[in-house]
Amino acid sequence: MLELRELYKTFNPGTITEKHALNGLSLKLETGDFVTVIGGNGAGKSTMLNAIAGVWPVDSGAILIDGKDVSGLPEHKRASFLGRVFQDPMTGTAADMEIIENLALAARRGQRRTLRWGVKKAEQEEYRELLKILDLGLEERLHAKVGLLSGGQRQALTLLMATLRKPEVLLLDEHTAALDPKTAAKVLDATDRIVTRDNLTTIMITHNMKDAIAHGNRLIMMNEGRIILDIRGEEKTKLTVEDLLHQFEKVSGQAFASDSAILS
Amino acid sequence: MIAYFTSLNPLALLRACPGGIAQGLVWGIMALGVYLTFRMLDFADLSVDGSMATGGAVCIMLIMNGWNPEAALLVSFLAGLLAGIITGLLHTLLGIPAILAGILTQISLYSINLNILGGKSNQAINVNSVSLRITSNASLLPRTILLLAIVCLVIIGILYWYLGTEHGSALRATGNNPNMSRAQGISTKMMTVIALALSNGLVALSGGILSQYQGFADVNMGRGAIVIGLAAVIIGEVLGEAILGKHLNFFLRLAFVVVGGIIYYLVYVFVLWLKFPANDMKLLTAIVVAIFLAVPYLQGRSKSSFSKVAKRNAKNAKEGK
Ligand SMILES: Nc1ncnc2c1ncn2[C@@H]1O[C@H](COP(=O)(O)OP(=O)(O)OP(=O)(O)O)[C@@H](O)[C@H]1O
Ligand SMILES: [Mg+2]
Repeated sequence: MLELRELYKTFNPGTITEKHALNGLSLKLETGDFVTVIGGNGAGKSTMLNAIAGVWPVDSGAILIDGKDVSGLPEHKRASFLGRVFQDPMTGTAADMEIIENLALAARRGQRRTLRWGVKKAEQEEYRELLKILDLGLEERLHAKVGLLSGGQRQALTLLMATLRKPEVLLLDEHTAALDPKTAAKVLDATDRIVTRDNLTTIMITHNMKDAIAHGNRLIMMNEGRIILDIRGEEKTKLTVEDLLHQFEKVSGQAFASDSAILS
Repeated sequence: MIAYFTSLNPLALLRACPGGIAQGLVWGIMALGVYLTFRMLDFADLSVDGSMATGGAVCIMLIMNGWNPEAALLVSFLAGLLAGIITGLLHTLLGIPAILAGILTQISLYSINLNILGGKSNQAINVNSVSLRITSNASLLPRTILLLAIVCLVIIGILYWYLGTEHGSALRATGNNPNMSRAQGISTKMMTVIALALSNGLVALSGGILSQYQGFADVNMGRGAIVIGLAAVIIGEVLGEAILGKHLNFFLRLAFVVVGGIIYYLVYVFVLWLKFPANDMKLLTAIVVAIFLAVPYLQGRSKSSFSKVAKRNAKNAKEGK
């Protein structure tokens, strides 16, 4: 379904800030896999998602979606396979456009944009129904500018936009990190429901180990641009936060770099 | 002082107004082009100074060569499209910063325009031998104004329609949030080029119409055009929001850009009537634009500024609170 083969990416090569962000990263997901990703700051988690999304080309390696090598496609062309939600709630939506306009843009992801009217009449009802799954009352505010929404509402809307056209892979980069605990739980809940409903292949980065254990069917841990731990199925359900911290120290030979992961 | 005031002739002002309105309408078309890049893409495109003159030069030369004036305007528009595409490619393909890309196109257009004008800095047509629908001929001014108003309305209608389509929505999204746009499969580079092309097309069309109106094209006719365009956009916005407030929908917003152009030229006529030296008009325009651009920023600052907090806290400390 999604396969990453030996990905390498070095930022600022040949300078003092040279950074080997991806170091021969390989990963293979089956259809419907929901993988949570953990790892310290700078482990290369976001870099992995950016490589998949095509924000820049990788130095070497191949990215296959549905068996097709997409490594040579620019970001906007890969978008037809991908749904993305970002850490910053401002990134995923157009603030000066209405909720319904944002949704209509997302509904045409991967299609040719024609000179037909941007939002069809029939879409209104469709979106109203879809917004209900978020349970945030947005279905009553279809014509509100997105800039008026809270971070949590924008993030939930972005999630809906990312999944409006079923993506081959859904990429979530700490998409609840900027939200308060209650809103974060709500967005996570909506994520679970949508992923299950559409049987979406999903990669979710989080710093919250409990979330990483509670969600999805597979958990990977990254360090220095590689996957150092890959736990799935039965084994994953039995995991505890202590296990993970212990495993991390064992495999990487250092203490886990993120305090927030331990505290939360 | 008294001599100055008695020398001002109210009738002269009245007589000058129709001309101001006509010019305002012509520049309103130009301002719609500026609106497309400045407001939709947040791209202050300096190539318009060049493409305005390109539009004029192309139009006048074609008419001199026996072309039908309306067909000549179409070619002006196409020439502008091309100029916009160049700026767009300089920016998106070659990574040249927006402002600089515009300046490069503008400068190269200066040479190109001189070439179009046959090596002269200006060329005039004999307005009596060509039948022009748009002319500054005083007796025909009401008809010219009506015609220009219709042209403006049609352009506003087309822009309103286009920006509401799937394609136009993608263009708006590109200006609003390029990251989001790419994630939704929009080629932001392509959209930037298209917006710049359309914008410069409109500007060149306006240049062509202006050249017909005044009966000549001058290689310098676009100098400072961006500032006048911005002035029209900003005056229109301020006015539209003041008059209509929440009822200012997108169609009216575009219409007010043209109104901004008209107001600008009426003020221009008025200031000239006050015997303000014409040479200083560009300075005045720049000052007005700077003020209008600064006002929203300063208003924001007056609501929250560091020095205010510091003063208030110092005062409170003194009073022992
Ligand atoms: N565009 C870029 N240019 C230069 N360096 C970059 C870029 N993107 C990432 N890096 C570097 O690559 C390394 C990996 O960054 P990445 O953002 O993938 O980490 P992460 O695992 O997502 O960490 P965090 O938990 O802090 O989000 C970091 O050292 C970062 O500074
Ligand atoms: Mg990250």
